[in-house]
Formats: sequence, structure tokens, C-alpha cells
Amino acid sequence: MTVDRDKPDTPIIALRGVGKSFANGVVALDRLDLNVWPGEFVSLLGASGCGKSTALRIIAGLSEPTRGKVEWIDAQAAGATGARRIGFVFQEPTLMPWATVAANVRLPLKLAGLPPDAQARVDSALARVGLSGFAQSYPRELSGGMKMRASIARALVTEPNLLLMDEPFAALDEITRFRLNNDLLGLWQSLGKTVVFVTHSVFESVYLSQRIVVMTQRPGRVFTELSIDAPHPRDERFRTSADYAGYCRRVSEALACASAVTDESPERS
Amino acid sequence: MREGRAKDEISPVADRVLRVLLPIAVLALGVALWELAVRVGGIPPYVLPSPWLVFSTLVSDRALLLASLLVTLTTTLQGFLLAALGGVGLAVLFNQSRLIEYSLYPYAVILQVTPIVAIAPLLLVYLPQQAAVLACAWIVAFFPVLANTTLGLNSVDHNLVDLFRLYGATRRQVLFELKLPAALPYILAGLKIAGGLSLIGAVVAEIAAGSAGAGSGLAYRIVESGYRLNIPRMFAALLLLSLAGILIFFALSLLSHVMLRRWHESAIVREV
Repeated sequence: MTVDRDKPDTPIIALRGVGKSFANGVVALDRLDLNVWPGEFVSLLGASGCGKSTALRIIAGLSEPTRGKVEWIDAQAAGATGARRIGFVFQEPTLMPWATVAANVRLPLKLAGLPPDAQARVDSALARVGLSGFAQSYPRELSGGMKMRASIARALVTEPNLLLMDEPFAALDEITRFRLNNDLLGLWQSLGKTVVFVTHSVFESVYLSQRIVVMTQRPGRVFTELSIDAPHPRDERFRTSADYAGYCRRVSEALACASAVTDESPERS
Repeated sequence: MREGRAKDEISPVADRVLRVLLPIAVLALGVALWELAVRVGGIPPYVLPSPWLVFSTLVSDRALLLASLLVTLTTTLQGFLLAALGGVGLAVLFNQSRLIEYSLYPYAVILQVTPIVAIAPLLLVYLPQQAAVLACAWIVAFFPVLANTTLGLNSVDHNLVDLFRLYGATRRQVLFELKLPAALPYILAGLKIAGGLSLIGAVVAEIAAGSAGAGSGLAYRIVESGYRLNIPRMFAALLLLSLAGILIFFALSLLSHVMLRRWHESAIVREV
């Protein structure tokens, strides 16, 4: 199943035959091809250990591919100074415990040499995630969901073109996760960023994405792509609709097939 | 379940009061018994002076003893500051350069494991007396700062390191914005140990120097009083040393609390 819709001609970033093997012999990725189109919300879906996080780290430049290459086609995203305008949200909130929420959000600007409008940008990033009243709080004073909001505000403060999210809501309870899913979709729609979202949850990927890239396991590569054509904005009605259930079933089946083509045959009990 | 509680159940206020009152009560009891034993047993002051005699010696010899206390405290403070600077500085240096770490770390360990009492006489041979005393205080105190800071610098959240890399942080930014703040609780723990140890180092060196016929610190007073069988003054000097140690401990605990109270788990009182 391929995605065939109106798309800009050039992707923002393209992974071409990317492979990654680690020193201990684990081949995390093998011949991974992936295009990310400007403005889209795409999820990388796969079982734990399928290399989806590794792919995200390679896109971010935190990890070098051992084979293949990553092409930045959008010059704007690549940035004039070579510093890519990327926002990255980790699985944990990854906040500095010794700094206030505002100082945590200010960090990317500070590392770049504090532009004059830094304070305004920090304030607006905090406002976007609904944390305006907590600028002077310390991370330990916040709930898990609020910490993750602060982490998202930090990723947004540099106004990146590309937002990379590595299972950001996996550790949260369901109620908080649903709320953050909705807020993330709201942000995506209002800001028009490109989002690459890594998850192992079929339900989360269907709810959020326009396109789901299902990955095989060990070595990780693209098994298939599915487009989720349900219109945005999506809300709780979509989450409880028959359409949603249908998409989830198809994606689950694709994921099951992807697991079946793994080199290691799973033991049957 | 009440039965399930391991400790006696008391209110927080009562707990705080007891925490202060109980040690004082134990002290009062101990002193009273001591006084009683000396009086009833008729023990001569050159064997065991009564607490009252120790106290009155402290008052009558205050000029001499306080001057000595000042000497010892000055040495301790200087040794401590040098240990703090040296320990943190070396740890940062080791953290920045693996080659320097490999070259020097074993010698830091050797300095630490060789008993300071054995090194002191040698130092007194080669260094001026005051410098030797200071060197002793430093040698004893710097290692816990070094070891703790090293641990702290290496305990930084890996995701935060990635985050700094992602935003193109310089080495300097990583050190000052990430590694040192992350290491702060460890550094403060090291300093807390170093405070007590620098006093021990100063005392050891003074005693070694005292036997060589020089010095005027509190430890020297103890040795001198011993030679003269002035046991009450020995006790009075010992008491002052103890108080100095307690003072240093509380000062550093306060520093640690003030610096960590907003964010670190160790400084947070949980409401149950």
C-alpha cells in the first residue's frame, strides 16, 4: 500500500538506504528508505527494538548512519549555519532539574547566544503548551504530563521546521496521553510544522498521523506505509468512530505481518 | 496500618523537638554522671578533671586557647578551600582530558591511601611549618571532593547530553551549563566530607609539627598540655576542637541545603 496524494514535490528530508550497526554486532537498521514531506505528520510504528528510535536519532544528527545517507533537501531546514532547525522530544521529559521551567525552555536559545527576543519566545512557547503560570516552577514540582509539556515547549522555542518525537507520551497515563495527543494535534495544525513521531502504539499512531510507516524488526526497515485519510482536526469523536477502529485494525494487521517477516522466528507457545 | 509502622509514631513538631532535646538530655546526663564520678570517687584532676574544672579552665585560659583555635581554624579553612578548588579543578581537568586522567588519577589515589600521619613528618622536613600543615590539610581533604565531583560529572543524564549536542553546545557550555550543575549535589557531598577531614589534617600536622618544637594551634596545645600534665587544659582544647568540627559540619550542611533546596531530592521534605 503506497501513499498517493497531493504532496509537495520535494521532501524536507530523505533517508536513502540508511543502515546502522552497532559495535556489539546488532544491526539496528538496514537499507531504510524514508521521505518526510513538508508539513506532514508521519509516525514510525514498530515493535520495541525495531530501530525506529535509531532512525530518529540519525535524522536528528545524534547518530551517524554506518551505510547510506541522510539528505536535507529543504535548505531552510538545513539552516544557514549548518545548524539544523530541529526540535527533539525524548521519551523522558529530559529537563534540567536545577533550572526553572522557563530556564529549561530558554536553553536552546541560550546555547545559540540568546537572541534579544528570547524572553518573548520563551513566554509564547510556554503559553502554547499551557504552562504560562508555571514559568518559575522547578521540574520536580510538575506532574508527568506538565513536564512533557515543558519539554515540548523547549522543542518549539527555536521555531524548528521539523519536530522529532521519540515515544514522548509512552510513560504517561492514558488520560494525560489523550489530552496531550489532542494538544499536539492542535499545535501541529496551528504551527504547520513537520512532525516525525515514533511510537509503538497502533492507536496513538492512527489517531495522530496522516501517514504511518510500519517498520520490521531486526534489522529495521520500512515494511509498508499506510495513509490515514481521516480529516483534521480530529477529536474524541474520531477516537470512538468506526473509521478509527477500521484504521486501527488495518494498521495492526500490517504490524503483525511486519513482525512475521523478522529474521528471528518468534516462538509459539 | 499502625502496627506496620517501623518507627514510633509521633507528630512532626514533636519529632523536631525530640531531635534537639534528646541529644541535649543525653549530654546533660553524661556530664552529670562524669561530675558525680569524679566527686564521689575523689579522682585527682591530673587523671580525670571534672566537667566543671574543664569549663573553668576554658574560661581562665580563653585568651591562649581562642588564639590557638583561630590558628587551627585558619589552617583548616585554607586547607578546605584549596581542597575544594583542587578537587573540583582536578575532576574537571580529568573529565576534559582522558590522557591527564590516566596519567594522574593513580597518584591521587596513592596520596589518599598513604596515612597522613606518616606523610606529615616528611612534609615538615621539606616545607616551612605553616605550608606543611596546610599541605597536610589539603592532602587529606581533596580526595573526597575529587572522587565525588568525578562521579557527579559522569552521572549526567545521557538524553540531556544529546540535547546539548543537538543545539550545538560548545564544550564550555556543556561543562558550565550541564555537567557542573548536574554534579553540584555530588560536589557538595564531597565538600561536607572534606570539611571534617581538613580539620583532621590540620590537627595531625600540628601534632607532628608540635613534637618538632613548633606551632601554636589547638592540637599543639593538647600535646603541650599533655607534657605538662595539664589535663584540664587538654580537655578544654579537645572540647574546642570538637566544637569547631561540629560548626564546620553544620555550616556545610547549611550551604548544601541552601543550594539544593529548590530542586534536589535530598533537600526536599516530603509530606506523607
